[in-house]
Amino acid sequence: MLTKRIIACLDVDGGRVVKGVRFKNLRDAGDPAECATAHASSGADEIVLLDITATSGNRRTLLDVVRAAACSLFVPFTVGGGIRQLEDAAAVFDAGADKIAINSAAVRDPALIGKIAACFGSQAVVVAIDARKSKDSFEVFTGGGRVATGRDAIQWAREAAACGAGEILLTSMDRDGTQSGFDCQLVREVAEAVSIPVIASGGAGSALDFIQVFREGSADAALAASIFHFGIENIAQLKRELHHASVPVRWPC
Amino acid sequence: MIAIVNYGAGNLNSVKKAFDYLGSDVVVTDQSQALTAADKIVLPGVGHFSSLRALERTGLREPLLQAAFAGKPLLGICLGMQWFFDGSEECSEVAGAGIFSGNCRQFPSSVKSPHVGWNSLTVRKGSRLLRGIAQDSFVYYTHSFHAPMLAATSAASEYGLQFTAAVEQSNIFGVQFHPEKSGDVGLAILKNFCEV
Repeated sequence: MLTKRIIACLDVDGGRVVKGVRFKNLRDAGDPAECATAHASSGADEIVLLDITATSGNRRTLLDVVRAAACSLFVPFTVGGGIRQLEDAAAVFDAGADKIAINSAAVRDPALIGKIAACFGSQAVVVAIDARKSKDSFEVFTGGGRVATGRDAIQWAREAAACGAGEILLTSMDRDGTQSGFDCQLVREVAEAVSIPVIASGGAGSALDFIQVFREGSADAALAASIFHFGIENIAQLKRELHHASVPVRWPC
Repeated sequence: MIAIVNYGAGNLNSVKKAFDYLGSDVVVTDQSQALTAADKIVLPGVGHFSSLRALERTGLREPLLQAAFAGKPLLGICLGMQWFFDGSEECSEVAGAGIFSGNCRQFPSSVKSPHVGWNSLTVRKGSRLLRGIAQDSFVYYTHSFHAPMLAATSAASEYGLQFTAAVEQSNIFGVQFHPEKSGDVGLAILKNFCEV
């Protein structure tokens, strides 16, 4: 049986794992390679590493971090942040990533999705969408949550899938880092709109939140950062709880 | 020495890295002489079945078939495994190797496609590649087309229907999942391949 994936996310800034609340107030959470291996051995089904500042100056640092993390990681490894063109993606794959996540660059140039997919396969292209509730819909933001695009998140997810995206990584900006639960409405609307897997992100605080986003949000995978880094929820313990609640997970693993 | 065939389809780093981790002598190559010289061959692959056309264009199809018929251990991963079959609905103009009969097909419309994530294996007894792999072990998949169930199927998974997760016949081994991304279970399978 296909299981629901639990994905550990490492937000990286200047070579260190950090975590903020609603995209602000960053705290240090350790060395990326060590964090990645630790999460994988405690049962993470995948690791996502996001370079949250992604200035051109620290690209080399990022590639070194990716190389170090990839070296002892034998679960799928996604890297995002600052990928603007095919060459950026190629460098990240070359450093050891299995998938890349693109956000702002894909909104600016949706054809980039197809270009990367043509070279590395759709399975290697994750389109990350940061969305915030506005009245009755969800609006797409880019530039690390700073730029409102006026675009509808569900429409954009559909377009990204049509362009060749392999998965959608959907972050609720309203819930990011708050540990107040995933935005199940947002996740369900996107999951029903596309046939590719949807990874829910933003708001994970307890096992119950994961159960809800899988059941009510129809998520294929759920991603979290804060609760894993600061030891609030241990991945192995989380998976045991999901397993007991009859959510199919890779457990024991 | 194990040769990983590079025919320009996707990223071979993770496959190489897993064999490196296991301490095997491994080389990534697009040269037919290297395939002839190797003790074992790994045919990886991701993406569209049409990318296998590159095997003909690069002149690697013939040495691969020769190796297969000469009894050299050959491991096909994902699209590499699908190549062992007659062909795929995904691209009927490209012929597979025809080592196993049948065509790869799309999943039924009752399930989302692609099939992405960790799914469990029902392992048949006697497989050399899956020696020591526990029943219901989880492995990582990412694909839209699946191979049919055969007498040579050594493990099956279920996603809308039962499909061939692994296939094995004398020196030919194929896995639809990605052992290089399947944690300890995947590493154990690759280690078995190193030792067949």
